[in-house]
Amino acid sequence: MSNPMPTATTLNSTKHQRINIMEKLGDYWTLCVLVVIILVFGILAPSFFSAFNFLSTTTSATEILLLAIGETFVIITSGIDLSVGAVLGLSGITAGMAMQALGNDALSLIVGILVGLLTGLIFGLVNGFVVAKMNITPFIATLGTMGIASGITFLLSNGADITALPTPLTSFGSGNIASFISYPVIVTALLCVISGIALAKSRFGVHTYAIGSNQEAARRTGINVPRHIIKIYGISGLMAGASGIIVAARFASASPISGQNDELNAIAAVVIGGASLFGGRGNILGTVVGSIIIAVLASGLVIVNVQAYWQTVAVGMIIIAAVFVEQLRHRNK
Amino acid sequence: MRGDQPLLQVSHVRKHYGAIQALRDINFDVYPGEVVGLVGDNGAGKSTTIRILSGVEVPDGGDVIFEGSKVSLKGPLDAQMLGVETVYQDLALALHLDVASNLFLGREELQRGWRGRFGFLNRKEMMRQAEEILVQMNVQIKDIRQKVGELSGGQRQSIAIARATSRGAKLILLDEPTAALGVQESAKVLELIKKLRSQGVAVILISHTMPHVLEVTDRIVVLRRGQVGGILTTKDTTLEEVVQYITGAKSQHSEKEGVLA
Repeated sequence: MSNPMPTATTLNSTKHQRINIMEKLGDYWTLCVLVVIILVFGILAPSFFSAFNFLSTTTSATEILLLAIGETFVIITSGIDLSVGAVLGLSGITAGMAMQALGNDALSLIVGILVGLLTGLIFGLVNGFVVAKMNITPFIATLGTMGIASGITFLLSNGADITALPTPLTSFGSGNIASFISYPVIVTALLCVISGIALAKSRFGVHTYAIGSNQEAARRTGINVPRHIIKIYGISGLMAGASGIIVAARFASASPISGQNDELNAIAAVVIGGASLFGGRGNILGTVVGSIIIAVLASGLVIVNVQAYWQTVAVGMIIIAAVFVEQLRHRNK
Repeated sequence: MRGDQPLLQVSHVRKHYGAIQALRDINFDVYPGEVVGLVGDNGAGKSTTIRILSGVEVPDGGDVIFEGSKVSLKGPLDAQMLGVETVYQDLALALHLDVASNLFLGREELQRGWRGRFGFLNRKEMMRQAEEILVQMNVQIKDIRQKVGELSGGQRQSIAIARATSRGAKLILLDEPTAALGVQESAKVLELIKKLRSQGVAVILISHTMPHVLEVTDRIVVLRRGQVGGILTTKDTTLEEVVQYITGAKSQHSEKEGVLA
């Protein structure tokens, strides 16, 4: 730090270039991994490149990706939201129950969607309140609400699926453009773009990074940290609600077991995408790549006739590799 | 250099924590554009004084008078509203954010029109102003898009100080700004403090490094056991004398109102 100036500058200029290359590669290395995985599956099983597989893989990716978008915001603030999977399940059930009660019409659809989103939002805001106002660590706070949400899910549904969903919802869930891009993918992509822009270009985004980077600094510069954290968990809950509705739409059924363990995959996607659990780092593009890697592994392994259980093995290894590479990059700085 | 009216007057300020009387009776003043050193042994009351002036602590008694009127600082934001900015040792920078974002943290420039209403940042304007602030303060940063975590300790300190200034501070409280820095970087920070003075900004400098205090201050307030042991004019004093006041070998009577008059 206190090197004499001349040495410091000469050292820096050579070192700087190397870091630049590392950085450039570093930002895209997970994308490279994704491309390699896709190529390998494509070579092993040419049907992997079919329009149908593209449609089904991207559509199934939306479930984790929607959760992972919210999780990205949370993780950037150095928090964690373990409740998203359970909230996904609960939102599907509450939306399904509302729609079942109201019948098969447009009003039922709208009310059902609102009920599902509201369920997610309320759970998210509660998470935020418990974290920001009650000073409970995010891990414990959301572990608690995870249990609460999954319990309520089964209490409400008695463990049974709800299949009496309005036709517009289920036709949205199975709808697509040119047998190639499904409606859920379009909605998810839209939400990715909005949240990506919000995170990168808005004051809300800067404050999110600032809180994760140095909460005390954020507080001292006048940012209302508790309120911001409540909003962040609110977004995460809202995304879980949206995911719950879309999952129900896709399967034409709201199931109480939907979303189980999804939180771990969502967190994995965010971490593979380059976010740091210590906060201050992460972005939506990385999260999209991470989510797609997970979805591609799931569908690709099935297509090449490998037991699907290998997916979790592969995802586990990629998480560790991802974090290891990130550590190397930041040690070099 | 001095205006007629002190910018800040600290009058009979007291503060205790439980049985411990941290501040017994603190009296001193700071004039616009004046650099005042606040020195003393550990536990003499420097930190408590700073915490009161920055609004983090509320005194038990006595007055803080800013620009001639009595103020009650109930939080850091109250102090900031008056134009009192504090740069703590931890600097309060977000290391993952770039220089411009840190300079504008909490008061970002937004786009005009509908984009501003949605909270879109005006990065271009922020960059332009950041560049201007840094040039004005003579802080050298290669690229303001660099993340603060990639900068040296001295550069970080300079950014923290520049941020305080750019918020329109009239008085900046600096807590050990050179403690973690090497010789060259310390020199730059001291230059920055002189720069603040030349711009009419008053500074209270807390430091254990006496040569630095003697180099940049106009006056030195020595605290001892929660009281003002002495107020020295820097150009008329020596390192030995300051140390004698710190250790209590010498003392002025702070009970006498002579300090304020």
